[in-house]
Amino acid sequence: MHIFNQTGRYFALLLRVFSRPEKYSLYIKQTFSEIDNLGVKSVGIVAIISVFMGGIMTLQVAYNMTNPLLPTTLIGLGNRDSLILEFSSTIMGLIMAGKIGSNITSEIGSMKVTEQIDSLEIMGVNSASYLILPKIIAVVLMFPFLYILSVFFGLIGGMIVGPAVGAVSVTDYLNGIQSSFTPYYVTFSLIKCLVFGFLIASISAFFGYTVEGGAFDVGSASTRAVVNTNILILVWDLILTQLLF
Amino acid sequence: MIEIKNIYKSFDQKEVLKNISMVFNQGETNLIIGRSGSGKTVLLKSIVGLHEVDSGHIFYDNRDFTLMKAKFRKKLRQEMGMVFQGGALFDSMTVEENVRFPLDMFSTLSFAEKQKQVDFCLERVNISDSNKLSPSEISGGMKKRVAIARAIVMNPKYLFCDEPNSGLDPETSMVIDELVHSITVDLKITTIINTHDMNSVMEIGDNILFISEGEMCWEGNRKEILQTENQQLQEFVFANKQYQKIRDDKIKE
Ligand SMILES: Nc1ncnc2c1ncn2[C@@H]1O[C@H](COP(=O)(O)OP(=O)(O)O)[C@@H](O)[C@H]1O
Ligand SMILES: [Mg+2]
Repeated sequence: MHIFNQTGRYFALLLRVFSRPEKYSLYIKQTFSEIDNLGVKSVGIVAIISVFMGGIMTLQVAYNMTNPLLPTTLIGLGNRDSLILEFSSTIMGLIMAGKIGSNITSEIGSMKVTEQIDSLEIMGVNSASYLILPKIIAVVLMFPFLYILSVFFGLIGGMIVGPAVGAVSVTDYLNGIQSSFTPYYVTFSLIKCLVFGFLIASISAFFGYTVEGGAFDVGSASTRAVVNTNILILVWDLILTQLLF
Repeated sequence: MIEIKNIYKSFDQKEVLKNISMVFNQGETNLIIGRSGSGKTVLLKSIVGLHEVDSGHIFYDNRDFTLMKAKFRKKLRQEMGMVFQGGALFDSMTVEENVRFPLDMFSTLSFAEKQKQVDFCLERVNISDSNKLSPSEISGGMKKRVAIARAIVMNPKYLFCDEPNSGLDPETSMVIDELVHSITVDLKITTIINTHDMNSVMEIGDNILFISEGEMCWEGNRKEILQTENQQLQEFVFANKQYQKIRDDKIKE
């Protein structure tokens, strides 16, 4: 019963979020500050994680290719397709749910318990829309960029680690990542990114906006937001893979 | 003038407000007093519509707020200012940005005109050199004063304060009380203040509603309160022995 109740409240909140802003200029200003806060400030972690994961996946492909007849160009290709298809979209989504999502829940949640949201309401501001809409727009816009960045850094990670351990030469690796490339994989993942971005921003905002109590409750709401977002990301990954492939 | 009629409010099974009616006058500091947990905050938030009442009516100068559509409520909200218990300043903004926020959102004034109004309100609450600080850098008393400045920046007709001096030392409390009182009189607004502080009651209680466990027990003003025959109110007032003494001295005179 609880889950239906929560889902109903989630959609009711979304309805309030997508209503006409009181003043466009303030919302736009807010959106840019969220793009900076949620998007640009995530570039570092995305780069670091992607370099490592690209390196690790390159090693895994190399060490599991026990048949000496297979060309080593497959190593670069394997790394590229894992990055493009799942790692840079889904795994990044899970990581971003932890980083961006908990940030959103705790920010909105602490505004709730300190009555800052009531303050907005009493001024006649639609607090749901003012606080949440810019975050959703920012995350949905930024996620495809972070995705492309992640693929790029993952490929670089492979190019560093593969030759360093002697599994593949730089030339073969570079040839590998350029061979039999399917552009649709990228399109497919970009669509997933838009969906994941929306899920991350809206679900964590929902958990923050509906917090009751104090600082302790904000903490547990953050945890619940991340767990729920992660589950929904995987469910939607499944659905979209089934639908779009 | 704000009039409330037969207000009921419950959460789940728990009845928090039971049949409360009262008239809050314009140009006076109207107090809602009672022990912690008696329902003051719930009553105040019901009056401004942050809680929906179960039944009863709320009139803002004869406009029935309870029957209003969301759109008109939002409009009426621009005539309200509210000071929350913890100040509720936006911590992502500076003092000045906090006070300017309602103007940024709703007014068509130029930046210079807005700044003038912001400076005027901050001066009104005696803040002059902290405009660029963030809320985490100022004291509790200052937060309350900034919150008052933000609440009056749109020239409201109605001002609400939830325990404006809780957590403050007695001297700062007095300053805040005086400030709210003078703003009320100067701007001829209708002010409702929640408090459990007897000092405030005796300083600025023009029109007082005493509630106990969600029921209205007594109404009157600060002159009448010491002479009360009401058992529950006596317990509340004379919990502080000092007021017993003041009453006894008065009787001797
Ligand atoms: N959102 C809520 N849900 C359930 N009960 C509440 C809620 N808000 C307040 N209450 C209950 O209402 C009663 C009155 O609370 P309140 O108005 O905050 O008292 P106070 O007079 O100290 O301001 C308390 O018993 C409190 O537990
Ligand atoms: Mg209270």
